[in-house]
Amino acid sequence: MAIIEASDTEVSTAGGPPAAGNDHGGHDHGGHGGGALLTNTKLAMWLFLASDCLFFGAFISAYLLYRGRSQKGGPTPRELFNIPFTSATSFILLMSSLAMVLALAAVQRGDLRRFRLWLVATAIFGATFVGGQIYEFTHFYREGLRLGSNLFGSTFFVLTGFHGAHVCVGIIWLLSLWGMSMQGRLGQADSEKVEIAGLYWHFVDIVWIVIFTVIYLMPQPGK
Amino acid sequence: MTTVENAVAVSEPSAGLLRRPRANRGFLSWLTTVDHKKIGILYGCTALIFLVLGGVEALLIRLQLFQPNGTVLTAGQYNQMFTMHGTTMVFLVGMPIAVGFGNYFIPLMIGARDVAFPRINMFGYWVVLFGGLFLYSSFFLGGAPNGGWFGYTPLTSAPLASGFLPGRGPDFWAIGLILLGIGSTTSAINFIVTVINMRCPGMSLMRMPVFVWMMLVVAFLTVFALPVVTVALIMVWFDRNTGTLFFAPAAGGDPLLYQHLFWIFGHPEVYILILPGMGIVSETLPVFSRKPLFGYSIVVFSGIAIGFLGWGVWAHHMFATGLGPVAISAFGLATMLIAIPTGVKIFNWLGTVYKGSVKLTSSMMFSLGFIVLFTLGGVSGVTHSIVPADTQQTDTYYVVAHFHYVLFGGLLFALFAGFYYWYPKIFGRMLNETLGKINFWTLFIGMNLTFFPMHFLGLWGQPRRTYRYDAGLGWDTLNKLITVGSFIIAISVLVFVVNAIVSKTRGAIAGNDPWDGRTLEWSIPSPPPEYNFAEIPEVNSRDDFWYRKYTEDEEGRLVPLPSGGAEAEAQAAHDGHGIHLPAPSYYPLVMALGLPILGYAAVFHSVWVAIIGAIVLLFGMYAWAIEPAD
Repeated sequence: MAIIEASDTEVSTAGGPPAAGNDHGGHDHGGHGGGALLTNTKLAMWLFLASDCLFFGAFISAYLLYRGRSQKGGPTPRELFNIPFTSATSFILLMSSLAMVLALAAVQRGDLRRFRLWLVATAIFGATFVGGQIYEFTHFYREGLRLGSNLFGSTFFVLTGFHGAHVCVGIIWLLSLWGMSMQGRLGQADSEKVEIAGLYWHFVDIVWIVIFTVIYLMPQPGK
Repeated sequence: MTTVENAVAVSEPSAGLLRRPRANRGFLSWLTTVDHKKIGILYGCTALIFLVLGGVEALLIRLQLFQPNGTVLTAGQYNQMFTMHGTTMVFLVGMPIAVGFGNYFIPLMIGARDVAFPRINMFGYWVVLFGGLFLYSSFFLGGAPNGGWFGYTPLTSAPLASGFLPGRGPDFWAIGLILLGIGSTTSAINFIVTVINMRCPGMSLMRMPVFVWMMLVVAFLTVFALPVVTVALIMVWFDRNTGTLFFAPAAGGDPLLYQHLFWIFGHPEVYILILPGMGIVSETLPVFSRKPLFGYSIVVFSGIAIGFLGWGVWAHHMFATGLGPVAISAFGLATMLIAIPTGVKIFNWLGTVYKGSVKLTSSMMFSLGFIVLFTLGGVSGVTHSIVPADTQQTDTYYVVAHFHYVLFGGLLFALFAGFYYWYPKIFGRMLNETLGKINFWTLFIGMNLTFFPMHFLGLWGQPRRTYRYDAGLGWDTLNKLITVGSFIIAISVLVFVVNAIVSKTRGAIAGNDPWDGRTLEWSIPSPPPEYNFAEIPEVNSRDDFWYRKYTEDEEGRLVPLPSGGAEAEAQAAHDGHGIHLPAPSYYPLVMALGLPILGYAAVFHSVWVAIIGAIVLLFGMYAWAIEPAD
C-alpha cells in the first residue's frame, strides 16, 4: 500500500498559521492539533470511500438476499454466465491497478513521460473492462434478460451497472489528469492529485473483487 | 507568524475561465462566498423558511383534524401534507439548522479560520437548497410526494402505470432525497476533516467543546447512513420507472428489504437530528450556570456510545412486521440499552445546573425546557422498546406524540437555545429578552397542549396518517385542543421571527462576550471578522477562554484575572492585513445547479434535459478544478 504511505511533508509546524481552509488541489496544509496524519484532501477521499463502501454494501446485500428467489421465469445465472470471459476482463481491471501504482510512482519521482504512459494504460485497461461489461450486458439482453425479467435481472444489472458507472467516472478522471499533465498543469508537486485518483481507482477495483466473487464465483443456489 | 503576504481582499487571479469573484459584500457575495460564517447564516435562514413551510403544512393537517369528518383537505391533499411535513422537518429544517450552527461555530470553537474545504462547503449548501426547491416544485408539477416521509414499498415503488400513487410525487421524493443526501454527505466529510485536521495548537480532542464533539459524531453517522438510504431510493426509482422488481412481491421481491434499508439509515438519522441539540445545551447550560460541564468525558463518551448503538436498533421501527421472536427480542434489548447513555447525559446536565449560579436567560429557559421535554420523549421511547406495548402503539398517535417530544421538545428547543445564545455573536446584537420569554412560554405551552394529548389519543386508538375520523369515538375534544395548541406554536414561532428581524437593527449591542462564555468564539469580536482570529489562539486547557478570565481561590471561589481583556483587545486591534483567505467562487453554484436538472430528467424521463444537466455539472466541475488557488 505504497499509496497510503506516500510522504506527507505538507503538515505545517505546530504554532504556525492555519491555511484558511484550502480545497484548492494538492497544496493543502494539514492540521495543528499535534500534526495531521493525512492531508485534508486525502482524509476527505478516505471518508468518501468509506461512504461508498456502504453504498455498494447495500446493493450487494440486496443481491445476496435475492439469490435464487426469483418467482418469475426468465434466464437464470447458470444459463448466462461465461465465467472464463468475465475472469479475463476482471484480470485486466486488476492489472489496471498495477498500472495506476506505476503511474503514481512515476509522477512522484518527476518522470512525467512514464507517468502519462502508465496513466493512459490504466485508463485503457479500465475501458477494456467496461467494454467487456457492455458486451456481457448485450449478450444477456439478447438471451432475454431484462431489468424486469426476474429478480436476478434487476439486481444484476443495477449492481454491476453502478459499478461500471464508477469505473467510467474513474476513466474520465484519469483522462482529465492526463490532459492537465499535457497542458503542463500537473507536475511532480501535484502528485497528491494523482494519489487521490489512485485511491478511488483501487477502491473501485476492490469492490469489483467482492462483486465478482458474490455474483460469479459463489455456487449458484437451487434451480 | 509566517503569513502569506496577501491582503484579505484577494490577490489577482492568474488563470482559469473567469476571474474569481471578489465582492465580499452585496448580493453577489452571497452567491459566491466561501466564508463558513456566511454559509452558516445561509443554512440557518433557509432552514427557517422551510420551518415556516413545514409548519403551514402541519397547521393544515390540524385544521383538517379539528373536528370529525373534516373537509379542509381531500384525502390526496392530506397525504401530501403529512408526507411533505415530515420530509421538510427532517431533511430541510432539522439537518440544515444543525449544519448551519456547525458551519458557523465549529471553526470558531476549535480556533480555525475556515473549514477544510470552503468551496465544497458552499456546494453542499446549494445542493441542499436546490434539493429543497426541487421537492417543493412538485406541488406545481403534478402533485407533491404522498407516500409518507418513510415512503414504504410496494406502495411507493409500484410502477407509474399501476396508478397506486397518482402523480409523480414518489419520484420527486426519491430523487429529492438523493440530492439532499449528497449535500449532507459533503458537509459531513468537510466537518470531519475540519475537526480532525484544523484544530488550533493545544486543542486536543478531549479539550474540544462538546458541541464540536457531537457534530463530529453526527458527521460520521451521516457519512455512513446516507448511502444506505440512497440505495433504497435508487431501487424505488428503478422499480417505478424502469420495471425492476426489487420490491415487487409477486416476483419474489421483498418489501421488508426496503424497510431494513430505510431504517438502517432512519434510526441513525434520529441521532443525526438530536445529537447537535445535545451539543448545544452542553454549551449553554455551563455558561448560564457558571460552572464547567459536569462530567465532560462522560458526556463525550455517551455521545460516541449513542453513535455506535444507534446502528443496532433500527428494527424497533419494524416490530409489527413479524420479524420473529429472536430478532425482536434482540432489537428490544438494544433499544433499552441505548436509553442508558442518553439517560446518563440528562444527569450530567442536571449536575451542571445543580448549585450553579443560574441566570435564567431565554437561552437557559429553552435549555431547561429541552431537558424536561426530551426526558418525557425518552420515557415514551422506552415504552417502544417493550415489544408487546409497541405492537399496540404502532401507527397510532402515541408514536406521533413520542417523536414530537424528542424532535420538537428536544431538538427544536435546543435549537432555540442556540439561537438566543449565539445570535449576539452572529449579528453583534442581542435578541430581545422579553420577546424571548414570550417565545419560550408560548412554545412550551403550545407544544405540550399539542403533543401531550396525542399520547391518550394514540392509546385510545386514533391511527396516524388518516385524514378524518368519525364523531363519537371520544377523540373530538382532544383533537380540538391539539389544533388550538398548534396555533399557539405558530404564534410563538412568529414572535421569534419578529424578534430576530427587529433585533438585527435595534437590539442592544452585544460586545465580544455578553454571556461570560467559556469557549473560543467569545474571545473574538461580534460579529467575527472575516478571518475569525487575528492570531491563531493556543489553548492550554478545556474551557481555555474561561480560565484566561478567571482563576479560583483556596475555597474554590472564582476570582477574575485582570489580564483577561488584553488579548481580546489585541484581537480587535488587528486589521486583518496579511491574513490569507480563500477567494469566493462561482463554480459551487454552477456545479450544484446541474444536479436538480438531472433530477428533473430522472423524473420526466427526458434525455435532453439529462444532457443539459450533465453539461452544467461537468462545466462546473472542470472550471472548479482548473480555478486558480486564489
